[in-house]
Amino acid sequence: MDPSTQKALIDFLLRLGDDRLILGHRLSEWCGHGPVLEEDIALTNIALDLIGQASAFLHLAGEIEGHRRSEDELAYFREATQFRNAQLVEQPNGDFAFTIARQFFFDAYNSLLLGEVQKSPHRQLAGIAAKGLAEATYHFRHSRDWMIRLGDGTDESRRRTQAAVNDLWRFTGELVTFDGTEQQLAENGIIPSLDQLRMHWLDRVSEGIRSATLSLPANGATMVSGSRRGNHSEHLGHLLAEMQIVARSYPDAQW
Amino acid sequence: MPDLINAEEQLKRFEMRIAAGEKIEPKDWMPDRYRQQLIRMISQHAHSEIVGMLPEGNWITRAPTLRRKIGLLAKVQDEAGHGLYLYCAAETLGVDRRGMIEALLEGKAKYSHIFNYPTLTWADIGVIGWFVDGAAIVNQTMLAKCSYGPYSRANLRICKEENFHKRQGYEIVSTLSSGTLKQREMAQDAVNRWWWPSLMMFGPPDASSPNSAELLRWKIKLHSNDELRQHFVDITVPQAAAVSITLPDPKLRFDTSSGHWMFGEIDWSEFYEVIKGNGPCNKERMKARRDADSEGAWVRDAAHAYAEKHVSAGT
Amino acid sequence: MADSRKENTGEGELWEVFIQCETGAPHEHAGSVHAADAEMALQNARDVYARRGTVVSIWVVPTSAIAATSPSDEHPFFDPANDKAYRHPQFYKIPKTVKGF
Repeated sequence: MDPSTQKALIDFLLRLGDDRLILGHRLSEWCGHGPVLEEDIALTNIALDLIGQASAFLHLAGEIEGHRRSEDELAYFREATQFRNAQLVEQPNGDFAFTIARQFFFDAYNSLLLGEVQKSPHRQLAGIAAKGLAEATYHFRHSRDWMIRLGDGTDESRRRTQAAVNDLWRFTGELVTFDGTEQQLAENGIIPSLDQLRMHWLDRVSEGIRSATLSLPANGATMVSGSRRGNHSEHLGHLLAEMQIVARSYPDAQW
Repeated sequence: MPDLINAEEQLKRFEMRIAAGEKIEPKDWMPDRYRQQLIRMISQHAHSEIVGMLPEGNWITRAPTLRRKIGLLAKVQDEAGHGLYLYCAAETLGVDRRGMIEALLEGKAKYSHIFNYPTLTWADIGVIGWFVDGAAIVNQTMLAKCSYGPYSRANLRICKEENFHKRQGYEIVSTLSSGTLKQREMAQDAVNRWWWPSLMMFGPPDASSPNSAELLRWKIKLHSNDELRQHFVDITVPQAAAVSITLPDPKLRFDTSSGHWMFGEIDWSEFYEVIKGNGPCNKERMKARRDADSEGAWVRDAAHAYAEKHVSAGT
Repeated sequence: MADSRKENTGEGELWEVFIQCETGAPHEHAGSVHAADAEMALQNARDVYARRGTVVSIWVVPTSAIAATSPSDEHPFFDPANDKAYRHPQFYKIPKTVKGF
């Protein structure tokens, strides 16, 4: 692999890892505070799956890059501007509707993305994606089912869920927009082209929203951008301050 | 078909079944006192698991490595699962989960006092796994043999899962105590704060325990509080020595004639204060549970409304 | 079994969970979950009871749908299952010369 493609692969792995780490972290905040006991367990399962996927992607990134940083060094010792997650996943949890809508948008994307990445000739990358795909498929089933129950439940649940969809919509563009990183990897045969992904994602999301008796904001809404290059919302800094505090307070320690 | 024998005869047969080591199942005849004692014990146990998620849950977002983050999340999740098994076991006795949860939130139900203490450092997470889960294992191993079938089976399942909790905690403490000076101090400080409250988990000496005699006769309990506490001390002292941790009890000494570790006096007034509601975190724990429940009400209502609209009974 | 048909909007209905750990094996009772409908009951059962070990199939049944014998049924209903020898293979003698029966 030529150095520039390798650099693109590392960048891609950080995007994959950081998305799942930050989203898994957000979901873990629900532990002990869920609306019903069974859902506390369910959200925690999703958090565990995502953090597990993140750990694998970050580990691979560290292996491929020259400095050989471990997944922990990457997770706990980078600054916010060095993270490559989409802004969607760093948004605070809000109410259960906000969390489920955020999950719904992400899970629809995650299962499609991993479905493509598992075709990679890079054996390790394909392996992580394949394992993650089984999990992501289940996550999407769960979040879609909840979108439907909340959208088509009570007047209050519909109101909250529609508000969540409206508020989160501007973050979704970043998820299904791919730039030079993914293009270079596709041109060099590391991953398939992701050109069709946005369309498939929109189909899935539209179907789920319709079944939930909700609506999507009109076409042409402005989408946030920049976080794939490190330009995040203010939320990420606070999240990382909490996540990294113990590790950074004892920088030479083993845990 | 109604049973025509009299109540006295039924009680005699019931106690013979217990003495013979038989399990009592939900539809079997049982004295009302047996049913009430079990409802009280099992629901308290369930509440303890749920409230117990909070002190450890406090450190999930700050766990210092991905492996520790995953391990702690899995452990706290197990506690939710244990609460769930236990509520289900209690429901076999004719109470419903909603009623039990409301009793907890209204302050009418008890839960283990230990979860009213704060987790102040990462080391607390290790010490809780080692001491609190360790004590719970001693208790639950006994309860797995109790006379009531559903409660015995719930505890068997819990015991299988709890072993990893204690190992995880002890591994954390072991890592800290062989780490930097600050880490060793962190571990020792956590031990100093959690040791005595953990010993109190087994409850006051049986003489001051109003329910003990009945619970023992009906094999809801199989050992006294003091026996269980002694066993816990005996297994923990060598574990502490192995990781160079000092247990905060100057009176601790091995008695060769009995083969047990003798230990100092427990300050039971602290225990009663915490049970009464005056522990360091009682109010915070209850507020967290009330907030989760009230903020979740619209979600539960939505799920119910959807089911009513779309699902016909029995399909 | 508790009467789970009463108003229970807080926690949902009570369901019994049966799990099959490998194809060909019988489904075994694992415990209960609460859920408002069958699909959520299946997912909850998977999240609560299938985290450890392999599970290939899950059944959930509303607790209220289960018909059960009661303790006073025991003797007449089940007895004497073991002393009717004509139901056991050993009751029947096969000539020793017949192989592989």
